[in-house]
Amino acid sequence: MLNIKNLQAKVEEKTILNGLNLEVKPGEVHAIMGPNGAGKSTLGHVLAGRDGYEVTGGEVDFEGRDLLDMEAEERAQSGLFLAFQYPVEIPGVSNMEFLKASVDAIRASRGQDAMTSMDFIKLARERCKAVDLPQDFLKRGVNEGFSGGEKKRNELLQMMLLEPKLCILDETDSGLDIDALQVVADGVNALRNPERSFIVVTHYQRLLDYIVPDYVHVLSKGRIIKSGGRELALELEKHGYGWIDEEVA
Amino acid sequence: MAVPTQASESMKVQGAHDTLQSASDWDWLKDWRARGWQRFEQSPWPTRKTEDWKYTPLKSLVGTDWSLAEGGSTGQGVDFPDWERTVLTLVDGQLVDHDALPAGVSVHLLSKADAQTRARFEQRLDESLAGEGRLFNVFNQAVLAEALWLEIDPGQRLEKPIQINQVISTAASERVIPVRVLVDVGAMSEATLVETFSNEADGAVFINPVTELKLADNARLRHYHLLLETGDVRHLGSVQAELQSYANLDSFHMALGGTLKRKDIVVHHRGPGAELNLNGVYLPRGKEHIDYHTTLEHEVPHCTSQEVFRGIIGDQAKAVFNGRIHIHKHAQKTLAELSNKNLLTSHQAEVDTKPELEIYADDVKCAHGATVAQLDKTSMFYFLSRGIRREEAEVMMSFGFINELLEGLVDEPVRHLLRPMLASLFAKDDDLARHLI
Repeated sequence: MLNIKNLQAKVEEKTILNGLNLEVKPGEVHAIMGPNGAGKSTLGHVLAGRDGYEVTGGEVDFEGRDLLDMEAEERAQSGLFLAFQYPVEIPGVSNMEFLKASVDAIRASRGQDAMTSMDFIKLARERCKAVDLPQDFLKRGVNEGFSGGEKKRNELLQMMLLEPKLCILDETDSGLDIDALQVVADGVNALRNPERSFIVVTHYQRLLDYIVPDYVHVLSKGRIIKSGGRELALELEKHGYGWIDEEVA
Repeated sequence: MAVPTQASESMKVQGAHDTLQSASDWDWLKDWRARGWQRFEQSPWPTRKTEDWKYTPLKSLVGTDWSLAEGGSTGQGVDFPDWERTVLTLVDGQLVDHDALPAGVSVHLLSKADAQTRARFEQRLDESLAGEGRLFNVFNQAVLAEALWLEIDPGQRLEKPIQINQVISTAASERVIPVRVLVDVGAMSEATLVETFSNEADGAVFINPVTELKLADNARLRHYHLLLETGDVRHLGSVQAELQSYANLDSFHMALGGTLKRKDIVVHHRGPGAELNLNGVYLPRGKEHIDYHTTLEHEVPHCTSQEVFRGIIGDQAKAVFNGRIHIHKHAQKTLAELSNKNLLTSHQAEVDTKPELEIYADDVKCAHGATVAQLDKTSMFYFLSRGIRREEAEVMMSFGFINELLEGLVDEPVRHLLRPMLASLFAKDDDLARHLI
């Protein structure tokens, strides 16, 4: 599904990713952990194609295509989804308009017709229920005045409607209380299937109690310095990140 | 030192004034116009050095011999489907059609006034709010062909809105249309007034409308002033309002298109407890030029003003916004806020925005802010990351920026009229606006 080889990237002349390797197969859940400043969020943004992140080396293959050669919107259309750490507020554009534009764009790229408004409203309402968002959130401006938990649930709602192949969750647990975390994790778990993969970027192991990963990687100074199974996250929880740096050094 | 050019030398309108004067048998009106003409003649023609006109050159008014529009033909103007209202249609400044007026409302026309009404008009025009100094108010007095005076009796609650539907017809090419709308809302009355301006052809025209709103004690008026003309239109005019005690004015303005649009909005708080909500949007494109000058005169204590104007300026267009708040010495406990935000969607677009605060009372709350920005990059990435292409994202973001103000409009039919207009304005093709209409 995704194969990252020796990825290097700069932001404002500062090297953030420094030879990162990662392979994600269909159906797998990979957790990426690491201290602040390790490059966790940068990885998500580089993969999603944000302006201002300059790739200086390496390759990324996504479903047999050169991901780095695609525009941000093409990446989304071909099945990559980034759930934002800080979802953006867009006042004046209703959530419904935004979701419909997004779903139509993805459908068009798959050669499918746009949904009728009626069908879409019905579907969006159903999905709202699944993520425990009241229906009037569809009429409100995108994320406008939403609480932290509501914003994350709105990201989940988008994920459900867009049905991506690869979901990158960027610190989805930040700013969430335990109940909201449970709702979001339940939603993510419901989306797990043998074809869909996840990269879960997080600082804390807490999220991984709810979304159980197949693999855990530790990112430090722009590269993965240790990989293991779920138990690695528990060790990190116990000992912090310091011991790995020492071990690797 | 160069001698400043007189207004009447730069702008050829003498013919319009003479036509009116020779056709009239109303001595008082002729004298009133003559006084206007005299002041207009003596007014210096604005240049780059004239503070009020620094960013708005008037060269598009020079070079044409503006004769007086004759009016009379029929026109459609702006329709609001499924909205029951009382419509008065003016074509080229002349009333051509009107629905039956509701009880408690009367309309007088300057051109058809009998002796008794003439006497009342004389007094009303003497007490005009538009008498002071502004060049295109003075001009309006000098060449005023028609005034429509709408009186709402005290204690009326009008169920239907009144629309003053001003249409510029194909016959108005190279003509000037001076017109004045006087609206007096009686004490304790409530009404909605929708002023629309539209044109039916692309010929060069010059419309000079002055609107005066007088709200008596406890009167409430919801007011829309929508400048929807497009093409080679020059629209230079003003809206003046006076609020007595506990009066409430909610006034929404919009300008799109046209060679040049300049609107001076002046609101006088003259009775304690008066409230003003003043909002507006301007959307010049191509080489269009739109200028809003607003002035809030807080003359008495305990009044409030909330003002929000937003503009999107595209292509090589230009916008000017000047928002002045003047709090007089005795206007304690005033609450006044002004916000102006601008979005530039092209590198050649330009906006000049200037808030001006003048405060002479010491116990007031006053805030203002003005910003100029381009489309937010993080928001853009959010759209792109959801598969929405850049062109459509630009349209949706621009629309959202303006739609925030539209969402605040109480009257749904106005939102329904303006939403698709805006959506298609930002989109090169309908496909880009399809998620907004």
